[in-house]
Amino acid sequence: MGLIDLFRRKGSGSIAKDRLRLVLVSDRANCSPEIMEQIKNDIIAVISKYIEIDTEGLDIKITQTESDGNNGIVPALYANIPIKDMKTYKK
Amino acid sequence: MGEVIVVTSGKGGVGKTTTTANVGTGLAKLDKKVVLVDTDIGLRNLDVVMGLENRIVYNIVDVIEGTCRIRNAIIRDKRYPNLYLLPSAQTRDKAAVTPEQMKKLTDELREEFDYVIMDCPAGIEQGFQNAIAGADRALVVTTPEVSAVRDADRIIGLLEANEMKQTNLIINRIRMDMVKRGDMMSSEDVFDVLAIDIIGIVPDDENIVISTNQGEPLVGSNTAAGKAYMNIARRITGEEVPYLDLNNRGNFFSKLFGKR
Repeated sequence: MGLIDLFRRKGSGSIAKDRLRLVLVSDRANCSPEIMEQIKNDIIAVISKYIEIDTEGLDIKITQTESDGNNGIVPALYANIPIKDMKTYKK
Repeated sequence: MGEVIVVTSGKGGVGKTTTTANVGTGLAKLDKKVVLVDTDIGLRNLDVVMGLENRIVYNIVDVIEGTCRIRNAIIRDKRYPNLYLLPSAQTRDKAAVTPEQMKKLTDELREEFDYVIMDCPAGIEQGFQNAIAGADRALVVTTPEVSAVRDADRIIGLLEANEMKQTNLIINRIRMDMVKRGDMMSSEDVFDVLAIDIIGIVPDDENIVISTNQGEPLVGSNTAAGKAYMNIARRITGEEVPYLDLNNRGNFFSKLFGKR
């Protein structure tokens, strides 16, 4: 029991809260998967003009982040774009 | 001129009807003249929760279609001098009424009553649009579960889009033992996520089942839920009421699990 408790240190209540926060951000953004796909394709097109990127590994999502100002938590577009080769940097 | 309050939630089964019955009865106990309106056409429930199911003659659709006068359809709850129920129709569906008709009905009711409490059906379709049409204020009921809170967020968004003047949250069926061990979102967690003002926190209480079985709202009784509902009724009238210590130990709003 004690051992199980160790693994459950993060109560399911805070898991629920974290999951809700994420799901509500995309609910509120009202951003359909089709639009996300278009955004993703456009980002690939723009960045590929300058850098060779791993389009398979590219991940974008709407999430939330602490605002630099004092607005508290604000929605943010998060993009993880793995660069394949900086050397192919085209002028 | 009375106030029209809609009790809504999005998700079904979180306690809208129980809340309507208890908050409405609580307001009547505070000497306000109250009418409860069941807007869940086709799925009539408020009458049985109130224990008034045997006294229905006419219903809300009869009133709207002009089959009878409002005063013929409204049932007086003999246990309280100022409490009335306008029951829903069981054999019709939501399309029998339009938002415009509902607004006209609530405007007539507010002439006569201090509070018009509308029990909204689950969902976000026409039944919801009908129920909120004439309301000045909304009480959004949720439980501390992901599905109910998500639906509450959607409802809050729709209420804003419909320019609801005031929206308050009721967190229902909270279990402080589970909150304490970190296995249930606290009212503070729910507030953080939804960011609307809380008007009441109702503990999970088996007396609710008993009271519903008997058709007698428990508001004002010496039970945890009975006290919480009475406090909500008082807050609706504008009274400042401190929150109950649901845990018999002062850990409400404490940072016990606040390691975020």
